[in-house]
Amino acid sequence: MRERLRVILRKEFIQALREPRMRFLLFFPPLLQLVVFGYAVTLDVDHARIGWMDMDHTPESRALEARFVGSGRFDIVAQPQSEQQTQQVLDRGQVHGVVRVLPGFAHDLARGRPIEVQVLLDGTNSNTASLISAYSQQVIAAYSSDVLTGQTKNLQTIKVDIRGSTGTHTMLTPAAPESRVWFNPDLYSRNYFVPGVAANILLMVTLMLTSQAIIREKEIGTMEQLMVTPMRPIELMLGKTLPFAVVGMVNLLVITGGALLIFHVPFRGNFFLLLFCAALFLMTSLGAGLLLSTLSNTQQQANMGSFFVTTPAFVMSGFMFPIRNMPVAVQYLSYLNPLRYFMEIVRGIFLKGVGISVLWPQMLCLFVYGSTILTFSAVRFRKTLD
Amino acid sequence: MSFRRLRAMFVKELHHVTRDSLSLAMALAMPMMMLLLYGYALSLDVDHIQSLVYDEDHTSASRNLVRQFQGSQYFDIIGYVHDYHTVERAIDSGKILIGVVIPRGFAKDLDGGSGKVQLLVDGSDSNTASIAMGYAESVVQGYSTGVRSDVINRNGTHPPGQIDARIRVWYNSSLESKNFIVPGLIGVILVILAGQLTSLTVAREWEMGTMEQVLSTPLRPAEIVLGKMGAYFLVGLVDAVISVVVAVTIFAVPFRGSLLVLAVSTCLFLWCALFTGIWVSAGSRTQVQAYQFGILVSFLPGFLLSGFTFSIDTMPKVIQGLSYFFPARYFVTIAKGVFLKGTGFRALWVEMLFLVLYGTLIFWRTVKKMNQKVA
Repeated sequence: MRERLRVILRKEFIQALREPRMRFLLFFPPLLQLVVFGYAVTLDVDHARIGWMDMDHTPESRALEARFVGSGRFDIVAQPQSEQQTQQVLDRGQVHGVVRVLPGFAHDLARGRPIEVQVLLDGTNSNTASLISAYSQQVIAAYSSDVLTGQTKNLQTIKVDIRGSTGTHTMLTPAAPESRVWFNPDLYSRNYFVPGVAANILLMVTLMLTSQAIIREKEIGTMEQLMVTPMRPIELMLGKTLPFAVVGMVNLLVITGGALLIFHVPFRGNFFLLLFCAALFLMTSLGAGLLLSTLSNTQQQANMGSFFVTTPAFVMSGFMFPIRNMPVAVQYLSYLNPLRYFMEIVRGIFLKGVGISVLWPQMLCLFVYGSTILTFSAVRFRKTLD
Repeated sequence: MSFRRLRAMFVKELHHVTRDSLSLAMALAMPMMMLLLYGYALSLDVDHIQSLVYDEDHTSASRNLVRQFQGSQYFDIIGYVHDYHTVERAIDSGKILIGVVIPRGFAKDLDGGSGKVQLLVDGSDSNTASIAMGYAESVVQGYSTGVRSDVINRNGTHPPGQIDARIRVWYNSSLESKNFIVPGLIGVILVILAGQLTSLTVAREWEMGTMEQVLSTPLRPAEIVLGKMGAYFLVGLVDAVISVVVAVTIFAVPFRGSLLVLAVSTCLFLWCALFTGIWVSAGSRTQVQAYQFGILVSFLPGFLLSGFTFSIDTMPKVIQGLSYFFPARYFVTIAKGVFLKGTGFRALWVEMLFLVLYGTLIFWRTVKKMNQKVA
């Protein structure tokens, strides 16, 4: 048994890694995803491009402008002079929003009349728009509250600090929030995304490659040759899955290394726990790959099938889109998703540094899921061979 | 180029498509699945923020503040606790996103003008966290303003005017995620589908050995690739129609622009995406390779660099530059423009021109690659 297993493992490793091109394709895309998610994918809004339309032209309106620029969140890139130009810059997507200070701003301010500052937002990207809306409200509210209490003060010299609650503000705001952010104090998207990439890649690589490797033998007709050898189904199965488990694990190591060295994502938990959980997760993904190979006849079908498995798993894992925002029915559905558990584990270990005492329910779910699907697909796999 | 030979190739390829009914069914079901998943399940909107309140102060002032949180539509207070530790544990296990802690002496400090409220935020999901923090801060600020005008009123001074931000949102006034995701998603669906369908088509013939038979016919390389493309073009077109109809009817995404611009752009984009797949396929000898390579050049850029959920202009300059090399970026811009902004040919002609250029280039490369392989 051991001899035969060794032989098939060798064959599969050679088959998977023979060509330089294939080696490249096994390890490069995960790295690329790491880099793109680490560098490019961010939902943060740092320098929102806005247009500034000052119809008042007074020191007060310029002070408000200085507040927007000084907050560090806005870059004023356009100064539309008319309604039409406003429309144009928004249509072309040159700006995310336009702030309009109406004529009479300073006048009304001095009289103590209620004033409106108009903020026109491009809502095409609802996420960016809500962030910008929140930020601009904060800037305007802070300015307003400074004007309210310190109308005699020189407006330009008042320090702006939206986030914090500094000494300069205590006089002006009776109650101030003091936010403390845990786990990801700088609120970097990448700290959230990069560990998730590891989980995703593990699923994609193992599921797809396993099913493809088996179907390929069927499609080309070499499966018959394998079946006339004294190889037992269980050995064939192990031979077809273990190499990709190894590839998956190597990818996991590469991504973890990249996350720590390139992106300085915090790693607060236990590394061996991560490896152990990855192994638990591999039971599921390899099992699903085997199952898929018994259900399809051509590689095209296997590819499409794996797409039908990975996409819902991806969307409902909480990788990019928070599960708590989903409709309640979908939230319950997501408990059926093994990737969801693994995602929680990976993030828990990376960012929160939690251990088995917190993560055991997820680990248990992965184990139950994995052993069920592995048994089921092993039985089916035997049947299709017979 | 002979029309008869082209048609023969097209018909042969169409047989391939229709014979594998499982793949065809999946190809036609895919847009539905993607739209339902992304349209229903996916939302970046933040509300019902699970929170815990720990009121150390127990004064009418602190209770007033808690009431403000209760009254806000954004916060779901799931409990009131009496020690710090419980808040910490709830954040650790991910049960809550925000813990509101009102420290002892809050009411007294409030009179002195230095009241502090502590917000403990789980920042692992930075996006949700910053939005939630914004809401929490505006609740506290609202409370603070109320306290201040009370004080001013008591002192008998005239309350001065206040500046309000009047936010008006264009194009997607309800700020619903689905409105911004679904139009872009159509581009992603097409790019994935095109990749899935075509990346294997030539590689499979090589792997099965039928390519030699095709090559022994008088078919020219350009005819082979055009014929292959044509069959999948039909499938892609059906999918595009399904996607647009579902987007407008089921998801009620506003459609403000010209159908003609969208139709022309869709055809251009399908051409680009399908030929990219065939180009990949022509360069690979095995299906596994072709598929992996296809993911690399069509799926990943389509998903990550098209601006469909992640806005391109927050990315580093190098990656922004990279995104110009993939057609998905142009199509997603067009789709969003046509659906949400109602912009027409005049605002979008640059994107369409790029699609034409890309399409011409990739067609030329594909034919050349086939030529090389044939020779």
